[in-house]
This record gives sequence, structure tokens and C-alpha cells, in this order.
Amino acid sequence: MYAFAYVKPKTVAEAVSMMKEDGDGKILAGGQTLLPTLKQRLAQPSRLVDLAGLPELKGIKAEGNGVTIGAMARHAEVAHSSVVKSTIPALAALAEGIGDPQVRNRGTLGGSIANHDPAADYPGAVVGLGATVKTNKREIAADDFFTGMFSTALEEDEIVTSVHFPKAEKAAYAKFPNPASRYAVVGVFVAKTASGVRVAVTGAGAGVFRATALEAALDKSFTADALNGIKMPADDLNSDIHASAEYRAHLITVMAKRAVAACA
Amino acid sequence: MDQPVPPSLIGASVRRREDQRFLTGLGNYTDDFNRHGQTHAYILRSAHPHALIKSISTVAAKKAPGVVAVFTGADMAAAGVGSLPCGWQIHSKDGSPMVEPGHPPLVVDRVRHVGDNVAVVLAETLSQAKDAAELIEVEWQTLPSLSSTADAIKPTAPQVWEQAPGNLCYDWHIGEKEAVDAAFAKAHKVAKIDLVNNRLIPNAMEPRAALGDYDRGTGEHTLITTSQNPHVIRLLMGAYVLQVPESKLRVIAPDVGGGFGSKIYHYAEEAIVTWAAKQIGRPVKWTAERTESFMTDAHGRDHVSHAEMALDEQGHFLALRVATIANMGAYLSTFAPAIPTYLYATLLAGVYKTPVIYAEVKAVFTHTTPVDAYRGAGRPEATFLLERLVDIAADVMGLTPSEIRKRNFIPADAFPYQTPVALQYDSGDYQGSLAQAETAADVAGFAARKAESAKHGKLRGLGYSTYVEACGIAPSAVAGALGARAGLYEVGTIRVHPTGTVTVLTGAHSHGQGHETTFAQVVAQSLGIGIEQVEIVHGDTGQVPFGMGTYGSRSLAVGGSAIMKAIDKIVAKGKKIAAHLLEAAEADIEFQDGKFSVAGTDRAKTFGEIALAAYVPHNYPIETVEPGLDETAFYDPKNFTFPAGVHICEVEIDPETGVTRVEKFTVVDDVGRVINPMIVDGQVHGGVAQGIGQALMENCVYDEVGQLLSGSFMDYCMPRADDLPNFGVSQHTTLCTHNPLGVKGCGEVGAIGSPPAVINAVVDALKPYGIKHFNMPASPQRVWQAINAHSPRMAAE
Repeated sequence: MYAFAYVKPKTVAEAVSMMKEDGDGKILAGGQTLLPTLKQRLAQPSRLVDLAGLPELKGIKAEGNGVTIGAMARHAEVAHSSVVKSTIPALAALAEGIGDPQVRNRGTLGGSIANHDPAADYPGAVVGLGATVKTNKREIAADDFFTGMFSTALEEDEIVTSVHFPKAEKAAYAKFPNPASRYAVVGVFVAKTASGVRVAVTGAGAGVFRATALEAALDKSFTADALNGIKMPADDLNSDIHASAEYRAHLITVMAKRAVAACA
Repeated sequence: MDQPVPPSLIGASVRRREDQRFLTGLGNYTDDFNRHGQTHAYILRSAHPHALIKSISTVAAKKAPGVVAVFTGADMAAAGVGSLPCGWQIHSKDGSPMVEPGHPPLVVDRVRHVGDNVAVVLAETLSQAKDAAELIEVEWQTLPSLSSTADAIKPTAPQVWEQAPGNLCYDWHIGEKEAVDAAFAKAHKVAKIDLVNNRLIPNAMEPRAALGDYDRGTGEHTLITTSQNPHVIRLLMGAYVLQVPESKLRVIAPDVGGGFGSKIYHYAEEAIVTWAAKQIGRPVKWTAERTESFMTDAHGRDHVSHAEMALDEQGHFLALRVATIANMGAYLSTFAPAIPTYLYATLLAGVYKTPVIYAEVKAVFTHTTPVDAYRGAGRPEATFLLERLVDIAADVMGLTPSEIRKRNFIPADAFPYQTPVALQYDSGDYQGSLAQAETAADVAGFAARKAESAKHGKLRGLGYSTYVEACGIAPSAVAGALGARAGLYEVGTIRVHPTGTVTVLTGAHSHGQGHETTFAQVVAQSLGIGIEQVEIVHGDTGQVPFGMGTYGSRSLAVGGSAIMKAIDKIVAKGKKIAAHLLEAAEADIEFQDGKFSVAGTDRAKTFGEIALAAYVPHNYPIETVEPGLDETAFYDPKNFTFPAGVHICEVEIDPETGVTRVEKFTVVDDVGRVINPMIVDGQVHGGVAQGIGQALMENCVYDEVGQLLSGSFMDYCMPRADDLPNFGVSQHTTLCTHNPLGVKGCGEVGAIGSPPAVINAVVDALKPYGIKHFNMPASPQRVWQAINAHSPRMAAE
């Protein structure tokens, strides 16, 4: 990796001002994407602003009708949290399925959603559950947060502080992993909420998106069979050596059915 | 006083003595070595599959902080550095020698694959070397390029080498074409197949590394390297590349973390660090990053073939015809030309009594990483082709896969058996192995398991592979006649110390196989001493007299035999000493359980007493016997060994996703005498894991022009523990008839036997869709696409 400066702020406000000081600075959360990128010399930030020392970004608590998870919560903490497991077990299960133990012990919720890797799992839960992303400046609804491949609504001086996930009546996440990397080729998060069924798809497209055709079918009947015969369009889906767009389109329906079945 | 006879060490699952240091972090791998004043090498590699270097400037790089030197191919050429040699020469059908292009350690003016070596930077730290490498200015002129094996011989294909028109390295054949044509003319039916053997990237756990040093006082070069055969590297690099005599070149291959063939070859980096260390007067270290391993370790397999089997009315094989195109990559790696010829086509008889066989092999150059031996080397390619074709033949004849094999097996009483493709099998019992495997795999219960899977919407399939392979290439004279430029014997030294402990020097090399345990078992048992009294030394040309290294499952069959010959010499000498001490005739001395005794009496001397007498020769037959007890033997095998076996695989496919899971995998191998069953099981487990990896997961993918798309573990799928079932492994043994231990070799059987068993099971599972063949890997997407493209014919099945 190239040389860079390293700073460790003590408050969110300090972190933001440290970011502003330096045009080529980067925020370091769990580093599970950033550090490999640096090691391969694919990025050359002038400084890293490490959020690991900020108490405001830690913690998992029951709040309102759901859970609020600090942006620096590690995947393993979410996976093993009794609050998450009792309130939204699908979210704990999703966290337990990210990467491997090393990744789960370092990677963070905030880092994952701020990076918005199209094959990441967490965006599926954020959109699927209709979560609210809280930053140092505002609250952003899930449907407005993810704006495209590796891009979000976050502004340059904005840091994710926590995410509030409302409890769903029923929810499950079904992932078809890339056989090599085990990232999501297709991941479908299905949630039955008071305001209707939400189906969020990750892995398949440029970023997480809602499968409205599946939502409509499940609103009528929340059963796996309700999705039989629904063909998702392959347009705009990702295509690589592991999965063509057509295969991904097919897998969306299959994984959605499996998620619905797992809700039972 | 009589001692109780110790239990036999041969056949005992002695725990691996080397694992203590491996598992506690005390191993010494090449990258663990550091020498005073060491510099770090970073190699600038080509991002282009094919390009001319119009100009290259290292001026800025040389001025960068910490840089000690920068060298280009022109610098090495000007210094007289030679080409990396090829160790095997094949002749084409017309008698002409193969096209053998030069392979300089750093290219001079043209790159021919992604990862090709352009320049080397030596700096105080690796980071400084990398920074400086970015300052090397290269003006490229990119040229047309290709990666496809099948397309390489087409007239429109971009050319890799001017001297190889049509990208043809050689056009070779074996067998009797006329006899085969005649048999096909009379055939009742013909089974046909077109198939691909997918290219693999070896991915040993330890990346390649090399540390070169030069002693200006003595003029001796030292190379510490991740090699399976340090003496071979010393010979090739010393004689062909750097012109350094063996006496001034020491090559050490210390603990090596896996090779699978990829660490046999002499690589450019070894020559670069050895040469550069002398130029700058400081040690030079290079360690590959995983990305470099993907791009520059020799790849494996990569065949495109058409094959046909002629059958009579009863399903007997009348003749086999095979045409294969084998991808060599951009340069000829050390043993590359031998793999698709003498390690492939000679195995096409398999375990069957097919009377006539004809095979043609075209080796082609492409703008890809060189391809060479990878675990099994040629034999997995032969086995995959033959075992798939046999299943097609069964389908054509309406026979079961089991029945067509039984009808065509070489019977147990037909050994030694001469095949129509040069090899003479010494022993085997294929019928017996199949019967044992069918019982162990509970083939009888398969129908019920298939019905159970169907209830859950899953497709279950059963696949057979009955294979034979050839290990311990031999004899040297025959290999030489076939094009080998090296001998294929092995060397063993037994050095008995005055107190009766023993150091064994072997030319074989262990990079995970457990020689320090297995070889010690053999020596301790043979000399009647404790295993803790035996030390195994390997991997250092400064200690071991000579050797050809470890590959082709040859270590015990060839290296172990050399050790047994050396032991014979030790015992013969010991008898002379004992005869003197016991005042008996030499002919009356017997050696057993560590004691030299006078036949029919209780007068005896222990092995330790004889050792002491040899080194303290006060009462000694000094007139006729030299002091000391230290013997070396060279063993040149009379024949290959022929491990064989049966693999039966059961898969379950989820037709909704295309995911194939191996539910059950049964192995019955015949690897000859088993010295350490635990180690043999471990070798088989590893080989089967790699074979299942090839069949279901692993695939080296280049785009059309030669960019590597599967260049990391993000895209190259290695098998993991949760991808695999527990394996049921057992033995059905016949002994090798021509080596002293009766051993055949077990390192490659798993990788050779398993891929067709998996694919035969996949094809069996997909039968309702009318699918007759499936190329590897049967990845989820490809299985789903196949299912999607075929409507079920017997949906109710």
C-alpha cells in the first residue's frame, strides 16, 4: 500500500472536521473493503480517519418498535445480539452469513451500507425492513439511501451513526452465494410489515432494489407458491463468469420463495 | 537376553513427526529465511497478453528512494544469462522436433502472456521496490492475442511464435492407426464424445518464493527456493541459465507448503534472484503475492478432445480413437511437452483390454500462462476422457456403467499386461476393487435414496470411475528414448553414526507428503531400530548427494527403493563386521530385528555394536573392510508402478438453482503396500478434494484475448471443507512386483480418479433432461443453464 496519515478522532464532530481538512481522506470503519483495496494499491488516500474510537457509533439497543444498531457494530455483534435475535431474528441470521469469522469480527454495519457494494448483504436488510439510516446530519429513509453501485445519498461530510430497523411481522433473508467469494450472487430479503410486504434484492443489480412484482404477489398471499411463475426481468442485472443476468433473474424468484418459506 | 519383538512399523498409522513444527509455527519456509544485508525484489509484470516493448526506461526508477538496482531483460541478456530450459523433447509424427522457443527470465522485447516478466527492481524494502516499479516507463505496442485452445490452430489465429506456424508446438501420435480404422469399420456401435478438460490454477498454500545469495569469498551461490526438486533446479539453472558449476551452487528447498506439481519447474524468479545477488553483492529475496501466483505458477490440464470407442455386439471395446489439442501456454514449462503425450496418451488403455488404440495430440501455444504437470499430470485428462466415454458407451449399448466395465476389465490373472499404448501393467485386481467399492458405496440402496431425493424435488445421480495410473516414470533409458533430458532414478544415503543413530539423506522432497515419518518407518523397521533414532534429511543439494525430487507419486516407489538398496549395503557390510567380531563365516551371519547373529546360535551383535565397531575399529577386519558405515545407492526403476482403483460418487442436484452437492464419495484404491495408512488416507482425501474441485468448482477463465478473469480467490473457486462430504476410503491391495517395498504411490490417485466419477454422477442425475455429457466444472450456473435448455423427457421419473 501507499503511505498515508492515520488519525483517530474521539467524537463524530471531530471525525467530520478531520475529513473536511483533507480532500483525499477516507473514513476507515471495519476496513474489510478498504484495506484490501489499499494493499492492492488501488486507492491512495492521503489520510485514514478511523472511527473505531467513537463511543457514539457503538452499541445495539431496543428502541421504539425495533432495534437501533450503531454504525460501528461488528457483524458478529449483530449476529450474537440477544436484542437483535429476539426482535428481528432474520437480521441476526443475515449478519451471521456475511463473509467468514474474520470478516464478521472486523466488518461493520455502517461500513457495509456506506460502501454499498452491490453484492453486500446488509443493504438487503436495510431496504427490506424499511430501516432508517441516521447520520451526523439527518435521518434518511432506506428507499432513499442507496442510489447506485457503490454510491449512496451520503454527502462528503456525512457519517452514518446508526441504523434503526423496525420489527417486521415476519422476515427472512435467502442468499445464493458466489461459489468462490461467497458474496451474494443474489440475496433476497423478504419482510411482512404492517404497511405491506417488502422484497429487497441485493447482489443481482447495480445496487439493492425492491422487487415490486414480488411484493404485489406476496401482498395478495404471503406464500412461496404465490411467486410461482413470476419471471423477473434480466435487463440491467449483473452478469459475470459465475452468473448471467438471466440466471440472476431466475434466482431472484427462487430465493424470494425460499425466504418466504423460511418465514413460516 | 531376548527383547520382545516390536510391532511392525510398516502398516502403522504413526503420527506425522513433522507436524509438531508445522502446527506450532516452527516450520522454516523460504520466506522465513532472511540474510544479512538482504534486498527485496519486485518484478514488473505485463498487463498485456501480447505486446512489443517499443522502449523501456528505468532512469526514474533507479533514482527512487531505497532502490539498489533495476534490471531489464536486455541487462540479463547482455550479461549472457541463458534461457529457461525445457526438460523434455517431443518429436512430431513426421520426425521433426517440437518447436522450442526461448524463455528468458526477463523478456527482451516482447511479452506473451499477462504476468510475463518485464523488469526487476531491487530495493531496501519491498514497498520501495513497488514504488520504484511504478516509475519504470514502458512504451507498449499491443498485438493481437488469443487464449483459446481449440482456436489456436485455426488459420486466422494470432501467432504466438513466428517459428511455430499455426501455433503448433508439435503434432504427435501413438498407436496403430490402420488397425484402429479397421476395427471401427467392423464395429457394431460407436460411442463418441467431445470434451474439454478445464484449465486449473494450482494454488499451493505457500506462494512461490526465492532467496539468492552470493559469497564473494568462496564464489559460491546459494538459492533457497520453494521447489519440489532442488537438485533439478541446480542442474537446470546452473548449466543452462547462469552457467554456474554445481560445485559453486547450493540449492535449498526447505519446508515447502504444497506443490501439486507447480513447484517442480525452474522459474524465472529463481534465476533472477541468484543472478542479481551476485550483481549487487547482496542477498535478494522475492516472495510471490497471491495475484502473482495466479498469473505465473504453471497452470494445469487445458485439453480439448474428441474420442470414439468401437464396440462389438456384447459391448466389448474393439478400438479407441482420440484426438486432443493441448494448451502449452506462451512458453514451454520444464516438463510441459511430456504431459499430454507420455503421461496422457499412454494411459488411454485404462483398466480395459481394448486391443488397439490410436491417439493424436497437437500441442499449441497461446498467450496464456505456461501449462505443465498439476497433480496427476496427464493421467487425470486420460481418465476423464476414458471414463466419460465408457459411460457413453454403456448408454449406447444399453448396459449399466458397472456392467460395461466388468465386461472390459483386464482380468486379475492377465498380469503382467501389455497395453497397446506402450505400458506394461505389473499387477492389479480391478474386478475385486469394483466389487468392494459397490458394497462400500451401498449401490444397492441407491434407488431408494434417489426416490427420497425426488420427494424433495432433487435429482440424485450415481457415477463410477475405474482408473489406473502410472507413477515413478521409468526406467531412465526408456524415458530418455521418449525425449526426457534427465534421468529418473532416485538416490538414498544411509549414514549410520557411531552410536547407532541414523541419518537418511533422500533425493525425494517432502512438501506436505510426510516423508519424515513414512521414510523413517521404513528405515527403522528395516534396521530394527527405534523410529526416534532415524532422522530424514531432504531438500538441500549441500547435504544430499543427488536426487530428482518428488512428483508423479514417485517418492516411496523410487526414493524409498533407493533407501532400501542403501540399507542392503549397510546390512551387507554389517555382516562382514559381525562375522569378524563373532568369529564366524560371513555366510553364516543373519540380520533380523536389529541383530546380527550366527545362524542357529544365540551368538549375536546388535546393530549399535556393529556401528560402534565400524567407527572405532580396534577389533575390526581392517584388511578387507573400510571403517565407517555410510552407504549411498542409486535406484533406477525397472518399470512404472500402476496404482488403480474405483471411485463411486453420489450427487444431489437442486434443479431450481443448479447447485450440485456431493452426498457420498467412496474410494477403493490399490496403491500397493501401505506404509502409513493415515498418511495414505490423507493423500487420498486431498486428491479427491482437488478432483471434486475440478469437477464442480475450479476453472481458470481467460477472456478471448488472454486477460485472466479468474485471477483471485474472489473468482477462482477452491473447494472448501463444507463443499465436501466425508469420504469413505479403503484399500484393495495388490503389490507392485518390481520394487523392494511393493509400493505403487498414492499422491495423485485421488485427483485422477475422482473427476469423472463426479461428472458421471451429474450426467446420471440429469438423465431425465436428455443430457449426455457435461464439461467441467459443473458449476451451479452451468447446470442450471443445461437444465433450462432441455425439457425433462421423463418428468415422472
